Amino acid sequence: MIEFSEAFGVAFSLLISLDHELAEIVMLSLSVSLVAVFIAIIVGMPLGAALAIFTFPGRKFIIVGLNSLMGLPPVVVGLVVYILLSRSGPLGVLGLLFTPTAMIIAQVILVLPIIAALTRQIVVELWSEYEEQLRSLGATPWQALPTLLWDGRYSLVTAMLAGFGRAIAEVGAVMIVGGNIDHVTRVMTTAIALEVSKGDLALALGLGGVLIFLSVGVNALAYLINKPASLNNPINKPTLFRSPIKENVR
Amino acid sequence: MKRFSPVGLLLSFSLLLLASLAQGQNYITLASTTSTQNSGLFAHILPQFTRVSGIEVRVVAVGTGQALRLARNGDADVLLVHHRPSEERFVADQHGVSRQDVMYNDFLIVGPAQDSAGIQGLRDAVAALKKVAKSSAAFVSRGDDSGTHKKELGLWQSAAVEPGADAGAWYRETGSGMGATLNTASAMNAYALVDRGTWLSFKNKGSLQVMVEGDSRLFNPYGVILVNPQKHPHIKETEGNRFIQWLVSPPGQQAIAAFQINGEALFHPNKR
Repeated sequence: MIEFSEAFGVAFSLLISLDHELAEIVMLSLSVSLVAVFIAIIVGMPLGAALAIFTFPGRKFIIVGLNSLMGLPPVVVGLVVYILLSRSGPLGVLGLLFTPTAMIIAQVILVLPIIAALTRQIVVELWSEYEEQLRSLGATPWQALPTLLWDGRYSLVTAMLAGFGRAIAEVGAVMIVGGNIDHVTRVMTTAIALEVSKGDLALALGLGGVLIFLSVGVNALAYLINKPASLNNPINKPTLFRSPIKENVR
Repeated sequence: MKRFSPVGLLLSFSLLLLASLAQGQNYITLASTTSTQNSGLFAHILPQFTRVSGIEVRVVAVGTGQALRLARNGDADVLLVHHRPSEERFVADQHGVSRQDVMYNDFLIVGPAQDSAGIQGLRDAVAALKKVAKSSAAFVSRGDDSGTHKKELGLWQSAAVEPGADAGAWYRETGSGMGATLNTASAMNAYALVDRGTWLSFKNKGSLQVMVEGDSRLFNPYGVILVNPQKHPHIKETEGNRFIQWLVSPPGQQAIAAFQINGEALFHPNKR
């Protein structure tokens, strides 16, 4: 296979030459996926924690539903978002189709279930461990929710990274709602798909290498952010009752 | 210790995104085919149009069938595709304003060098397809309702062969773009129908070679249509018309003719 060595060379020269067009595509990929993950965190984490703490009729159905949504096919999400945002669709007046915003919407739908379901899994364990203590201190479930989320923050980083991984690697949905427009909605994955369809497999593979490099970079950054705290807390055990305020002072 | 601020990082990304959204308000969306984009034609001619007009052209490249659907939904301002009967129906149904010829090239039947169906050098595309069907040599079809696919189905019809009956056997539908289909044909040593533009710029030919060319039935004309502003009020009529007029004007036509690979023109302008 000649492609692999060639692709390695292509990836390397793309990276060191800081190709302007490549930089643009990389920045758009990162912006779209990070913003989508950020929105999914804001909505998904409280949602997942609430599902872990509160009991109400139909909760099990929601949990099963949420877990299944983790496997949502991106193409289907893309199609649904396309139909909604199309000029002939219900939200057509907004004119959002073929914009980065449309891509963010699609990715939020894909990432939200992953973050919410993983958050629920993490919080449900903390809750079973500390429910009695928290209740004996007079905390209501509403007050316990932020405490538990704060407490599980190091495990929750994994949930965020899982969500980010899904977003940055996804091609089916952003291709449909973004349209892979040069300089506007072209991201790493759709650029790779385009090069494959041009038969330029070495360049496609080279771009793939850059995408993996990017993913490693984000994960390394997350590890670094996580690390100082992990050192203070070697077994990364939940540090219940250390208040957020104290944490910030430290 | 100094810590990273993930929130600050995100905020800067959001700002960047907003900044990128704000720029380029003066643009039109062009629904077109994968053959025109994959060949590199747009990358060659669109900057010239943007330079003289200040209008950015955002290309969404999909199969002709999907491009027509996008345009019908009002999701594009201008349509540039290559299946004349569909284009004429599109205009007759009032989805588009009027159709103008822009350029043409031709289709080719390509196949593996060993040529088990023995069609290399034939001038008659229909006879060649008959031989392919008879020898049950592998043939890869787009199968995606694109202009090339519609053309291919028309040729099979002329050959009185119903390849769909043998789908999955010697007849393989990829359901994807021209490039992906050529990649498949190259890997399977199969025959395929391809437009000359994509073929000339395609880089993963493997053992594929041109088998049949020059049949008048392989003619491949491209037409341009403005999506009807009366159906979709948001259509950018002025800018869209400006683009269409440029395409058929001498500078546009010269730009198309000047796009060559190894001295061979990929598309021929209709007007000189």
